Amino acid sequence: MRAELASEVSTASRLARLSGGFIVVAIISLFIADIHFYRPDPWQELGRIGLGLITPYWPDIPELALALGHTVAFALLAVAGSAVLGLFLAMWFHWRIVRVFAASIRSVHEVFWGLLFMQVWGLSATTGLLAILIPFTGIFTKVFADILHQQSPQTVQTFGNAPRISRYVYGLIPKAWPELISYVRYRFECALRSSAILGFIGLPTLGFHLETAFKQGQYSEAAAVLWVFLLLIGSVRLWLRPKLIPLFIAAAIWVLPEMPPVNASFFWQFITEDLWPKALQRGDLIATGQWYGNVFMSDVWPALWQTLAVTQAALVLSGLLALMYYPFASRWLVGGFRPMGRFKLLVLRSVPELMLAYVFMLIFGPSALPAILALGIHNGGLIAFLLANNSEDAARVQRPDSPTGAMRFFYQDLPQRYPAFLALLFYRWEVIMRESAMMGVLGIATLGFYVDSAFEEIRFDKAFFLIVMAAVLNIIIDSLSRRLRRRSGLRTPLM
Amino acid sequence: MFELSHASLDHGKQRVLHDISVNIAAGEKVALIGPSGAGKSSLLSLLWEQSPADIALCPQDSALVDILSVYQNIYMGALSRHGNIYNLLNLIRPWADRRREVSMIAEALGIGEKLKTSPDKLSGGQRQRVALGRALYRKQPVFFGDEPVSSLDPAQGDELLSLVLGEHDTAVVAIHSPELALKHFTRLIALQHGRIVGDWPADTVTLDQVSSIYSGGPSVQAVDNAR
Repeated sequence: MRAELASEVSTASRLARLSGGFIVVAIISLFIADIHFYRPDPWQELGRIGLGLITPYWPDIPELALALGHTVAFALLAVAGSAVLGLFLAMWFHWRIVRVFAASIRSVHEVFWGLLFMQVWGLSATTGLLAILIPFTGIFTKVFADILHQQSPQTVQTFGNAPRISRYVYGLIPKAWPELISYVRYRFECALRSSAILGFIGLPTLGFHLETAFKQGQYSEAAAVLWVFLLLIGSVRLWLRPKLIPLFIAAAIWVLPEMPPVNASFFWQFITEDLWPKALQRGDLIATGQWYGNVFMSDVWPALWQTLAVTQAALVLSGLLALMYYPFASRWLVGGFRPMGRFKLLVLRSVPELMLAYVFMLIFGPSALPAILALGIHNGGLIAFLLANNSEDAARVQRPDSPTGAMRFFYQDLPQRYPAFLALLFYRWEVIMRESAMMGVLGIATLGFYVDSAFEEIRFDKAFFLIVMAAVLNIIIDSLSRRLRRRSGLRTPLM
Repeated sequence: MFELSHASLDHGKQRVLHDISVNIAAGEKVALIGPSGAGKSSLLSLLWEQSPADIALCPQDSALVDILSVYQNIYMGALSRHGNIYNLLNLIRPWADRRREVSMIAEALGIGEKLKTSPDKLSGGQRQRVALGRALYRKQPVFFGDEPVSSLDPAQGDELLSLVLGEHDTAVVAIHSPELALKHFTRLIALQHGRIVGDWPADTVTLDQVSSIYSGGPSVQAVDNAR
């Protein structure tokens, strides 16, 4: 009976109802989220930032060049390592343990990994590399497994019962090669952003200089760093030639900051003692339970609510902005105005969300608002970019008598893109949650704030508990999103 | 050797094979005939599942790996005979003995000078020769082919089919040409609309009868009514 009723409803209204539900949740979230306007007159600050943007200046060029080198080196080496590890693990993705392992390491944000390793290896190359390499290995494992799984089984069927690695290396991997490479390329851009962001917690990348300059109100210098970073992202395709990669890797190893010697006993003590409450080490399970209960009520619970509220509001804002941006970057919809729309999307998706949030924080003061805006703008830009490509690809098969102008958008392109749009948005859901939690390091009351404070108080056990809770929330959202996508019949895009 | 009784196969909601009962003994050379969409490929894959490790399979889209060389594509037939390390080293630098074996097969197939090129630079007919090369290099007693010579001209197809069937005791091949079916096989199984509509020793049917199976033939209507 219910199935019959459901089939009478059009797909569009079903998806519209789903979207409506998310919008309602987002509006409620705005009341839960800790939103304040601390500055009565943001325009003055905005003017100074604007002036800085058009008058970029950096006094010490070699210093900036070194930070640029570190940023690229961390990203390049971490991506090279994690792509190889991920490809290897992807061959065993049918094992539950591999799936769980990959899901858990990618559920913790790079910045949290960075904060964790900093306690052991300080502000060193080891910390920077591992902070990117570990979560990226989890991401590569999953996405590579998906890509390899989509290859036609026919090739491998002609091999007889060849050993597993041979089947992959001769059949599936070379067949999927172009897709694998283009995904690694995309991930390298993400790694450059992560690498820059790690500067905000002290590693010697571009983010460090950006934060310092912002803190001192030197907007021209901040702008110089920002422009250098945008040029870096925008020019990846020009300089990252396949043949030059071995050369770049050698250069990256050379440019890396010092690596401290691995002190095994110190590291062992860190993971076996420092990360766990004293009560647990004494073997007092009742006190352990109480300790975790107390931390949960005092820190985890409020942090989870704030993180969720920011996530839901940012998710819907991303969606709204993506739908507003993308038509202006599709040739089929706006014709000659396309280059402007494209450029805007390049800038929006290249600026790391943490940098955007930092700027908004200078304008609006520290509250959930800068985080929501930054996440919305960044993710909206990214989704819009993919939708615009989708719209242009589809233009080849559109009828010549399609409506024109705004009606073309509302009656034809928007409805056609909408399922892909929702799939992409749901796909970004867990990413947005991970980033909402991370934004806390700026002083916004999400999980990251509590993690950062716990590390500052040298309460590693509490910090670790908070990070694990953030990971659990992330895994829940990931599976919720997958279920929702499957139930709504939305095809999972790869990105 | 291969046995199906009252088997059926669904692709999603659509049933592509109905009530298939067939028995294939070792030593038989079986041609699967019938118009496209009749279920030849489906029947072939259903039979293949009974013993995937012992069958040299040559599927329709030829399953070649375009970015690797022709040598590597033929060598893939030997992957199951060697360990991972041996196979990985071969990918970096072909073993001399294997190269000799593969190049003999390639010579016999008329692509001896193409070993270093990759399949994406070859014509459709040459690609089929590479696919046959891999199947031959599996060195199995049983050959399964899905229209393995469809892109070759009749004379070449005839020659290669003799070569491949000569190297295998048992064969099941979906074939597009009535002449080849009659000339090279000992038994013909005819399919229409996912059902077996005929099963004859090759020497009891005429070329006209076989040709009528491919064009849909008079029995199509009857099969439709029977559904």
